[in-house]
Amino acid sequence: MVKKIYFQSIFFSFFFIKETFAAESGGMPQLNPEFWVSQIFWLILTFGIMYLVLSKLILPKISNNLESRKSQILENIEAAEKQREDSDVKLKEYDEIISKSKLEANSIFNQAREKALKDISAKKEVLDKQIDNEISEAEKEIYALRNNAPDKINKIAIETSSELLQKLIGAEVNNSSISAIVDDLSKRNGDKYYGN
Amino acid sequence: MAANPMSQFDVYRIGPEIKVGAFDISFTNASLFMILSTVSILLIFNLGSRKNSILPNKIQLLAELSYTFVSKMISDTAGSKAKPYFAFIFSLFMFVLFCNMFGMIPYTFTVTSHIIVTFVLAAFIFIGVTVIGFIKHGFGYLKLFVPSGVPAVLLPLIVVIEIISYLSRPISLSVRLFANMMAGHTMMKVFGGFVISLGVVGGWLPLSFSVALTGLEILVAFLQAYVFAILTCIYLNDALNLHH
Repeated sequence: MVKKIYFQSIFFSFFFIKETFAAESGGMPQLNPEFWVSQIFWLILTFGIMYLVLSKLILPKISNNLESRKSQILENIEAAEKQREDSDVKLKEYDEIISKSKLEANSIFNQAREKALKDISAKKEVLDKQIDNEISEAEKEIYALRNNAPDKINKIAIETSSELLQKLIGAEVNNSSISAIVDDLSKRNGDKYYGN
Repeated sequence: MAANPMSQFDVYRIGPEIKVGAFDISFTNASLFMILSTVSILLIFNLGSRKNSILPNKIQLLAELSYTFVSKMISDTAGSKAKPYFAFIFSLFMFVLFCNMFGMIPYTFTVTSHIIVTFVLAAFIFIGVTVIGFIKHGFGYLKLFVPSGVPAVLLPLIVVIEIISYLSRPISLSVRLFANMMAGHTMMKVFGGFVISLGVVGGWLPLSFSVALTGLEILVAFLQAYVFAILTCIYLNDALNLHH
């Protein structure tokens, strides 16, 4: 019976909630329904306005900003990729130019070397010819001198021996017999004297 | 007034009494902080979306990070079908977050520490989600109460439990936020009162506790806003995708 009354009082208190909680003002102010309607009204008003402004004006702008940034970043990345490719191509061209110019420099160097070698050999030939000529002339002179030498020596030998004989015996000796003797001697000893 | 830790939740009229018919819709301190929250949200996000620079300034970064945070939260929990409801969930999250955070400033009023406010939000979400569910799936939405793979013997029991848990969603959603905010603020007030009553000699311990609690409450303020929003996403996911 007591229990029943207790539950009934709780049940009825829901109908008179304002009166029930206004009586005990020391409790939770949250359960005081005095300003419930006001709170609901202002909540709907402020939240509604905020929702409308956010959804119609602000959030589309933010999403637009984010999208445009994303697309711009993608574009920039694409541009950077393109520039990288361009620079690769240019680097290849540069390498080619360098290798080509190296080859050219090599060939120029080789040509210059060949030319110098040719010049040197031509000059050498000329010099060699000159030297040969001079040598042969000198040889000819030497040969002539050597050929004349026995005759002169013979002559000197004949004259000296004839004079020697004249001084020794005091009589004229026939030159022709002396020259015959000298010739004979020189022919016999010629090899010894001239080293032929 | 200061002695009672509950007096910080008092709602009082600012200005004249406004009555529409039998209803009292007077401007109160609760209304003031609702307006402050919404105005600061609109101000921040308006400033953050006005310029479109590639390198965002601080306020633009804040707006865009919040945007991506909420949009990622929604797509993670409710999938791509929830995109039309992004604006609502974003507003909800920001509103609850700003109301909670405004409550952390001394001498302010915490809008979300009132059951009626959180309950109206939760009830709106509950009704909205239910309507969306019935629109998307017709009476097939009732399959939500019949989980697959349950033995037929248990089915009557399970269905009853499912219906009760579904119907208690608005209550749990609203009470969670309201109770967290109220308990935290009451505790801070109580410890603040201890600092005064114990004075210079013994007041340091509750003061240090109060400092720690402030940090914790800021965390709770964010966390409860996040939980409120993510639970809304989960309910929305049920209505949109009907995975049961």
